[in-house]
Amino acid sequence: MEKEYWRWPEYRRTVPGEDWTKARVITAGVDVGSVSSKAVIMIDGELYAYSIMRTGSSSPDSANKAMERAIEGTGMKLDDIHYVVGTGYGRVNVPFANRAITEIACHARGANYIWGPTVRTLMDMGGQDCKAIRCDEKGRVTAFLMNDKCAAGTGRGMEVIADLLSIPIEDVGPTSLMVEKEPEPVSSTCVVFAKSEAVGLLRKGWPKEMVLAAFCSAMARRIAELLERIKVEKDFAITGGIAKNIGVVRRLEEIIGIKALPRKEGFDPMVAGGIGAALFAKALYEKERQSA
Amino acid sequence: MIIHYGYKDGSGEYFISIDTDECDGCGKCVEACPQGVLETRTMMIDLEDKLVATVTEEHRKKIKYSCAPCKPEGRPPCVLACERRAIIHTWKLVGK
Repeated sequence: MEKEYWRWPEYRRTVPGEDWTKARVITAGVDVGSVSSKAVIMIDGELYAYSIMRTGSSSPDSANKAMERAIEGTGMKLDDIHYVVGTGYGRVNVPFANRAITEIACHARGANYIWGPTVRTLMDMGGQDCKAIRCDEKGRVTAFLMNDKCAAGTGRGMEVIADLLSIPIEDVGPTSLMVEKEPEPVSSTCVVFAKSEAVGLLRKGWPKEMVLAAFCSAMARRIAELLERIKVEKDFAITGGIAKNIGVVRRLEEIIGIKALPRKEGFDPMVAGGIGAALFAKALYEKERQSA
Repeated sequence: MIIHYGYKDGSGEYFISIDTDECDGCGKCVEACPQGVLETRTMMIDLEDKLVATVTEEHRKKIKYSCAPCKPEGRPPCVLACERRAIIHTWKLVGK
């Protein structure tokens, strides 16, 4: 079978040394995105386990699969979880969720958990959309702007170029940095046209790393435009799959003149939304208990 | 929070920005809009459900066309209708 270059590996992780059976409140956040589905389990407001899976054609199935994968090997059952919040594009389709909350709020809350109260600007670069978010020290959203009108600046855009150049998606970023001199970005803001332009460059004899550099540069510019509208205030963090693409991250930092907070070990940037959702789940569960 | 609905493309910037802290869901902007671009919807904000004005899903990605008839460079009906100044219309054409 031909290798699929755009396919990133699905995986799960349990935080070592944690015992869920001793937890008072167990909550979960399920972030069903258009490209990936993430399930996050938190115990007493601390990260316990998560899974990152590819979203299929059915949102409920994707939610179920992500959740099953997240609890795999932990001995936990779905019933052990006190409250589940669904978020993301497919949030209304998480069958076992108690509540759905928009991913804007969840990403901000999640970023606040991962990096702390200094985060003020957040860029969520997802599979099919990009969100620019301003938040306060508690992770509450103060401004928000989304581009889901086109693929430029999204994971899908990256998958297109990875496929075209037959480069595994996780190598796209590092390879794009192997250029001696930074080329001009591809001129199109549209990924469809950018792909045609990339083909043209290859024909002209451009090596792959230069084509990738030009493409990542164009993506970074597109993202910077979104940030322009809500104004970047330090500290700046990036979540979503493209946070893992160092080619886009470095170029974006260069354009806006601010360095993004470094990735935290053990926290895949794709699970920020799920973490936020699981934290909201805890807050809502405790609120319900209080008023009961 | 301020939610910016809309986009920037090669021809310009087109945004409707709504401040959900100021908006009280009165719906005057919804009535004032001749194109049906706006609606009130319940949103979860800070763990509370609040009724606020939003741009409809149908119009969100094409406000360049939907809002054009009102010539929003000035002060369109939605902005004039809002007593709490919760709504702002950005309309910047490239080259103007």
